[in-house]
Amino acid sequence: MKLWEHYHTPATTDEALGLLRQYAGRARVIAGGTDLLVDARAAVTDPGKAAAFQPHEALIDITRIPEMTHIAETDDAIVIGAGVTHTQIVKSALIKRYAACLVESCGVVGGPQVRNVATLGGNVAHALPAGDGTTSLVALDAEAEISQGGVRRWVPILDLFVGTGKSLVDSTQDMLIGFRFRKTAPDQATAFSRIMRPQGVALPILGCAVWMHVNGEGTHCAAARICIAPVAPTPKRAHEVEAAISGQPLGEALIETAIQAADQSLAPRTSKYRATAEYRDEMMAVLLRRTITACMNRLSAV
Amino acid sequence: MSILDITVNGTQFRREIAESRTLAQFLRVDLGLTGTKIGCEEAECGICSVWVDGTPVDSCVYPAFKAQGRRVTTIEGLANGEALHPLQQSFIDHGAVQCGFCTPGLLMTSAALIEEQPDPTDDDIKHALKDTFCRCTGYTSVIQAIKSAAREKRGLPPLTVNEPEVDEPMHVVSRSVPPQDVIEKVTGQAQYTDDYTFPGMLYARTLRSPLPHARVIRIDTDQVKALPGVRAVLTHQDVPGENLHGLVYRDWPVLCGDRVRYVGDAVAIVAADTQEIADTALRLIHVEYEPLGVVADPEYAHSPDAPVLHPNHPTGNLLKHIKVRHGDIEQGFAQADVIVEHEYRTPTTEHAFLEPECAIGVPKGYDDHEKLTVYVGSQIPYQDRNQLALAMNIPDTEIRVIGTLIGGGFGGKEDIAGQIHVAMLATVTGLPVKMLYSRQESLIFHPKRHATIIRIKTGATRDGKLTAVEATLYGDGGAYASLSDKVMTRATTHATGPYNVPNAKIDCYAMYTNNVPSGAFRGFGVTQSAFAVEQNMDMIAEALGMDALELRRINAQTVGVTTATGQLLRESVGLLETIDDVRRDMLDSSGQEFQWAWRDGHKAYGWGIACAYKNTGLGGGAPDKSEAEVEAFEDGTLEVRTAAADMGQGIAHVVAQCAAEEMHVPYGRVRVLLCDTDRTPNGGPTTASRQTFMTGNAARLAAAALRDAITQSAAEMLDIPPHSIRYEEGLLRSEDTRQPLELGQVVGWMKQHGLSARARHEYHAPKTQPLGTGGDMHFAFSYATQAALVEVDTETGEVACLKVLSSTDIGRAINPLMLQGQIEGGIVMAMGNCLTEAFIIENGVPWSRLLSRYKMPSIKHAPEIVSRLVEHRAAEGPYGAKGVGEIPSINTTPAICNAIYNAVGVRVFAIPVDQDALLLAIKRGEHAIRRAWQHV
Repeated sequence: MKLWEHYHTPATTDEALGLLRQYAGRARVIAGGTDLLVDARAAVTDPGKAAAFQPHEALIDITRIPEMTHIAETDDAIVIGAGVTHTQIVKSALIKRYAACLVESCGVVGGPQVRNVATLGGNVAHALPAGDGTTSLVALDAEAEISQGGVRRWVPILDLFVGTGKSLVDSTQDMLIGFRFRKTAPDQATAFSRIMRPQGVALPILGCAVWMHVNGEGTHCAAARICIAPVAPTPKRAHEVEAAISGQPLGEALIETAIQAADQSLAPRTSKYRATAEYRDEMMAVLLRRTITACMNRLSAV
Repeated sequence: MSILDITVNGTQFRREIAESRTLAQFLRVDLGLTGTKIGCEEAECGICSVWVDGTPVDSCVYPAFKAQGRRVTTIEGLANGEALHPLQQSFIDHGAVQCGFCTPGLLMTSAALIEEQPDPTDDDIKHALKDTFCRCTGYTSVIQAIKSAAREKRGLPPLTVNEPEVDEPMHVVSRSVPPQDVIEKVTGQAQYTDDYTFPGMLYARTLRSPLPHARVIRIDTDQVKALPGVRAVLTHQDVPGENLHGLVYRDWPVLCGDRVRYVGDAVAIVAADTQEIADTALRLIHVEYEPLGVVADPEYAHSPDAPVLHPNHPTGNLLKHIKVRHGDIEQGFAQADVIVEHEYRTPTTEHAFLEPECAIGVPKGYDDHEKLTVYVGSQIPYQDRNQLALAMNIPDTEIRVIGTLIGGGFGGKEDIAGQIHVAMLATVTGLPVKMLYSRQESLIFHPKRHATIIRIKTGATRDGKLTAVEATLYGDGGAYASLSDKVMTRATTHATGPYNVPNAKIDCYAMYTNNVPSGAFRGFGVTQSAFAVEQNMDMIAEALGMDALELRRINAQTVGVTTATGQLLRESVGLLETIDDVRRDMLDSSGQEFQWAWRDGHKAYGWGIACAYKNTGLGGGAPDKSEAEVEAFEDGTLEVRTAAADMGQGIAHVVAQCAAEEMHVPYGRVRVLLCDTDRTPNGGPTTASRQTFMTGNAARLAAAALRDAITQSAAEMLDIPPHSIRYEEGLLRSEDTRQPLELGQVVGWMKQHGLSARARHEYHAPKTQPLGTGGDMHFAFSYATQAALVEVDTETGEVACLKVLSSTDIGRAINPLMLQGQIEGGIVMAMGNCLTEAFIIENGVPWSRLLSRYKMPSIKHAPEIVSRLVEHRAAEGPYGAKGVGEIPSINTTPAICNAIYNAVGVRVFAIPVDQDALLLAIKRGEHAIRRAWQHV
């Protein structure tokens, strides 16, 4: 069964938006396609639902649009096109230097065949509660540039998530253009880690990204941003945990404080074939320990 | 339709194609480059990997027009002309090619890796190939091959091939010759069923039931018949003969008429000009169902209120009650000082062979096809022919089944899939018809490994002598019988383990349910019972304070022991040696004083062991025979012909080696023709670890007969006594003549004199007895011991199997390297059974209907494997060989579970091991987990 009818490879954002308008909701944006086409395959082969399946009338491939496939830096920020692949990110010295957590999260997605085509924009647009790239972008306090209703604007990354699998960007008419976030300074560090299981779908049981800023003396945590996912239908910041460790001296006690705060403020749920709530509670502690330790090690290595 | 400009393997193409094409479809269908295989269309298995501008991508989910203007490299473009890429040669040399279906994907992914990382570590390889699956090799040889090729690319000598030691290698037998068709497999030239096309060929699809149990009220095909491009729509009314098939019980409708019994049951079939039209056509068939109560598990199936699936079956949902009675069970437990009793659960599991089922039917009279012909990669071509004949209502001899290369089977390609459907459609349309299952269709359709519930009680005396085993097993046979009777019989008869157990009472209930049918799967029921038996053994050892290996030594079957089915073992029982091999390797591996378990930070390590045995051949009173033919030609070559399906594990090279040995010709001069019911005699099913023994013998004896005939002719030619003639590397020598004769010269002489240089032999296995009658239920058993080293992360509960030490008594290794690969593959498959795999069915509806929901072990899970061979010759086996196909897939699961217990003190009673439950048990100080992953 074919999954789509027409395939377009526009060279500019305007051309892509024009095509979306032309198809009036019957086309949708595709980047790497490793989620989109696999989801379509799942639908068309479901014995209970196959009869109702409709192929996409057109797919608008955005991976030939130069502004969407580049990684760039400004004085204080990194800009990543939505069509940048996971491989590009993993290999980017710039991102490694300024956003280690993003390299770590993009490096664990799929095998090379998937990372070579799957894009950061696709990961975010899929709007899963625990997309690996997404989790790190949240900790990096990234913004996303979107084109909606003919207007381009920057929105905080978290505003993109309006429900499980539901993005603010309706990919039948809007476009996710790219991301930007501040470079991590020498007194800042980031880390990402996740827990998987060898069975079932390749979604993390839990993922955790941490951005940590230390004070001038390098002795205390001055500020932190933490994203643990999934703990809700959409990604969110662990504000209580961030607050609890801000101002704390670096060390074992800080980690314990983070774990305690997470225990009190976050309540991950049981999800079938993935994990029990109780197990996820345990994994929150493990991941906070692993990622905060990595951040502290990175800060002390500077 | 649009124009695609693309460079493939250095050649520019401009083609007008549908925009809906994937790159894989474009390569295979439009360019005919069928080396790129399609395994899942979910970006899961990686075997469709090709390069786009030098980087590997999954071509099955890559739109063709995404590659507009790009450079694509496929497996056909990897070699440099005639010169193989170093990786291709290295895969051959290191035995990293079995069925070959995943090989193009592995090669393309690893070739990209060594371009980028000329000196990859094991971890680099595991990272790069983590989503490129192989179900046959177990990855050990793949890793070795990649490292070796990388060295060669850096100008260093290749790595030594890791060949096992064997006793008394002969001329060709017990030598690691390359398997048949291996060049074709590494270059993408090898043809599997879907790689065949015929002019005018139609494409077929099957409409399957979305409900687990329902009455079929009405099937309306009027609308679909009007769809342009549709050539035939057939339902149960169109089955020309008996609308039933089945290998043991004929209970499975070719097309369901009044009732469907599982999600996936076939209701209607269509043939159309294109795959797309066939897909659309299915959606225009309207079926009205009346849902019936669902029998979702085997225990409920046995209860009086469960709906009965097959009203004609005399015992209702009880397909079969299988009993083993041996000695006096009450007395046995009365003698016991320690008794251990537990309940174990195993899930339904899936073969996940990488080639989904495909069949092509060609009508009689089409082209040069003189008969209705079916091309299929099946494990049992002659039985396919017979089942086709009954359903098509024509004699067997009016049908020809041609076996193609098979991309893995493992027991999952024994039952009828599309064979009858394509025969019906080809006959009705007068055109060739291809039916290729999607991965998702394959997953829901074909018979699986039985989910089982095993309650088992083991008794032993203070000094460690087993006194009794009592067990009750429930097997989920699913909607149709398939091979449930035989599989569950094997689970029952092997439920004592490979031990001397004087008293046994074992009852097994094989049940019909509305789940996917269960049938043959490597290990054939013994994999399940070993999971229970071998953990009970460890608990006995613990209760007695005895070493786990010592307990097994004390009770090990030896020559002179009588099994629980009443069989006196008279020869070839190498279990003790396998135990000793593993003990030695385990002690050696620790460097210092051996410990069963230790800790390092938050990681807990443990060794666990388990033993196994597995019959060779059908046994149980079933007449077991195989026939092969060997012909010699004037150019000095031989051809061996037999219909013995090679799923990739290599019966083709085994029969070639046997013939080369008998005729003393170089292996390279032997061709093999397999599985053509018009040209090859019946080798019987590729099942029950039987082909080496059975068809190996048939080929050996046919070759010996041919040699005798040739000797006679040579003697006449030269006028010398026949006994003076010796065979040497394709030459016939005699002290009575100076010049040796070329084999081909004698064949030429024979032809001139109207003599045939061809011999056939039908080999009959030693007679066996049915269960319950005592005597020899089987004519040979293979034995194995394995030790597994596991690492448990006590922070996360994650379990990794780091190492497996294995020793296997296989009688003789006909091809040591390939046999070792089969063992490694079996071990990794069994590790999947323990740690990753469960085919989940929710109230009759499969959840695991996508490959992304069924994880087999990837290369990153692959343990280091040290594999030794014990060769206790089986007197009747070819050169002493007995079965190897299943024995490695039996004891890995309990070895890992015993290791987990030793590492963290938690006993695993249900698999696959759930890290969630394991961690919580560790945290709570509990000592058992009964919840497997699928129950989270």
